[in-house]
Amino acid sequence: MAKLNMVQAINLALTEEMANDENVIVLGEDVGVDGGVFRVTDGLHDKFGEKRVIDTPLAESAIVGASIGMAMAGLRPVAEMQFSGFSYLSIPQLEGNASRMRARTMGKWTCPLVLRMPYGGAVRALEHHSESREAMYATIPGVTVVIPSGPRNARALMLAAIRDPDPVVFMEPKRSYRAFREEVPEEEEVRELGKAQVVQAGTDLTVVAWGAMMRPTLKAVDLIQKKRNITIELIDLLTIAPMDADTIVESVKKTGRCVVVQEAPRSFGASSEIVARINDDALLYLEAPVGRVTNYDVVTPYFGREMMYLPDEQRIARSLEETLDF
Amino acid sequence: MPLKKIGDFSISYLQILNEKGVVDAKLEPKLSDDELHKLYRTMLLARETDARMLKLQRQGRLGTFGPGTGQEAAFTAPISAASDEDWIVGTFREPGARLFRGEPLSQYLAYFNGYEEGNTFDPAKRVLPMSVIVASQTLHAVGLAYAMQYKGEKDSAVITFLGDGATSEGDFHEALNFASVWQAPVVFIVQNNQWAISTPRKMQTRAKTIAQRAVAYDMPGIQVDGNDPLAMYQATKEALDRAHAGEGPTLIEAVTYRLMMHTTADDPKKYRSEDEEKEWWKKDPLTRFRVYLENKGLLDEKSHAALATEIKAYIDDEVKKFEAATDWPPDISFDHVLGTRHPSIERQRTAFLANLNKEAANG
Ligand SMILES: Cc1ncc(C[n+]2csc(CCOP(=O)(O)OP(=O)(O)O)c2C)c(N)n1
Ligand SMILES: [Mg+2]
Repeated sequence: MAKLNMVQAINLALTEEMANDENVIVLGEDVGVDGGVFRVTDGLHDKFGEKRVIDTPLAESAIVGASIGMAMAGLRPVAEMQFSGFSYLSIPQLEGNASRMRARTMGKWTCPLVLRMPYGGAVRALEHHSESREAMYATIPGVTVVIPSGPRNARALMLAAIRDPDPVVFMEPKRSYRAFREEVPEEEEVRELGKAQVVQAGTDLTVVAWGAMMRPTLKAVDLIQKKRNITIELIDLLTIAPMDADTIVESVKKTGRCVVVQEAPRSFGASSEIVARINDDALLYLEAPVGRVTNYDVVTPYFGREMMYLPDEQRIARSLEETLDF
Repeated sequence: MPLKKIGDFSISYLQILNEKGVVDAKLEPKLSDDELHKLYRTMLLARETDARMLKLQRQGRLGTFGPGTGQEAAFTAPISAASDEDWIVGTFREPGARLFRGEPLSQYLAYFNGYEEGNTFDPAKRVLPMSVIVASQTLHAVGLAYAMQYKGEKDSAVITFLGDGATSEGDFHEALNFASVWQAPVVFIVQNNQWAISTPRKMQTRAKTIAQRAVAYDMPGIQVDGNDPLAMYQATKEALDRAHAGEGPTLIEAVTYRLMMHTTADDPKKYRSEDEEKEWWKKDPLTRFRVYLENKGLLDEKSHAALATEIKAYIDDEVKKFEAATDWPPDISFDHVLGTRHPSIERQRTAFLANLNKEAANG
């Protein structure tokens, strides 16, 4: 076991799978010599050479479009978008081609590629470096959207993403990149995509979060459990789409109360989908409306004001209490 | 049948003031003393602004920014060739262009400290807000230029800046094509500073010059010594004259160098040598411009010291102004989502303010 941060853990997964499978190719802006602007691909260029770790010209649509061709020829491209805020330039390729290749050809062709992208706020960066637009990708059928929350699951999910037979958008919460370390097992660990994880079991309330929201949520959960002498079930969503609603619904049937924490703006986000799924399958078990702690429906403020808009431990804790007291 | 040659192309390189400050008198543009002085002052102000911003950033008093040190001629001189009727459409590495047009430094600093207040420079000044999405602004420039044509504003053209990395984006090529098809009055200025973060210019394109991109879109293209303020002035002036005369767009490749890090979050040691940087310091645009002005009798030791003092005082003042402005309302982001207030968003404003009050009450 080694204690790694998320950057090192994703780097480990890439290193492992590149060693396992010579079809795995890493490409993107500054991913080679520089090792990526966050150093996620650090060392890969030295280890595997420039044919497998490609510093591309600056063009997101081309990176994803070329990845599609590579994937259709049997390679396993892992493409990096330097920031999720610039990944939209590649959506015509992702939505228009990658996501549809299997359906378009009834499975004759597939598009196994991974589109990695740092996303999310709270890093005091310029415009376009703060958004949390997982829902936008989640609305595209044919794409799996994965968000790790810590080093260990990041490594295990990345291995699964590379081996997945279809396009995976792998969104990395950059705020968590170096925020903490975790034991990551030496031996291979793969975490199945499409499954949420019950991080801790409880009976009085269900709380669902993902990505960088897991840390403040965990703190708020601890606080309220101690304060009220109750137990809270905490679920880490891990895959946004296709969504593992079963795990959430089972939990809500048990607890009767639920709060969802999302970094993205309030409307049309994954939290809305979670409420809808609970409504579909567990409405009559509810003892309170499902609480939601989210960002607001504003254009993400520059970092001078950004932190006031993001959910934090206090706001989450208050919401937990409101739902418990309803 | 034998192959028939149907096209023949060449690309020229322009330098007027060499690295040593020696001017080619035949090509020397006729700038007035005041114009030369304003150009030098703005270039020096941009350089000193970088230095101060770097300090502020390291002290945690400013966010991430990309220094323009080394490129002052490339991004300032073109604006000295323009009139206030011409538009400036840029990105995040042209402080001199904005300052030349009169944007207060305090506003520039506010932007890099994470406040939209930094983007509120008077629209009548015809400077678009900085575009962070690489190359996207080049298309806005084309649209603006079309609008100028449409409105009959013949004295208005658009200067748009982009980097060498940006020339790889589809947007750039589409912008060149639109500008050419529409014969839109645009001057594309590529600041070829040799690097796009860690990616060297030779990995962006195999083409010998970026200027030759112009050939494919049938517009004039020229490579210019981007560290030569006189050449940058002259090339832009000629391009603007053509644009104003209805003769369409031009592509200017300014060969320059990013002497510092990509942004304060970057470490160039990882991908380039300090020797390379040293070589380019010898081509510093400010050094040669100063020699030129001294040779013309427009500057000496004493007046240069006075200028440096004046610039330092201006920067000090603007930093004070910027740091004193702290009473910006937290909920202002709700004011500017849409021009029309909507109850769905207003309800969230109420919740946002209530939350802030609770957080304040809880300490
Ligand atoms: C569409 C897009 N992709 C990626 C980025 C991240 N990024 C910011 S600057 C930059 C390099 C730009 O290089 P160049 O065009 O040469 O301009 P320079 O930074 O050298 O001024 C990159 C990749 C971005 N801002 N926009
Ligand atoms: Mg560049």
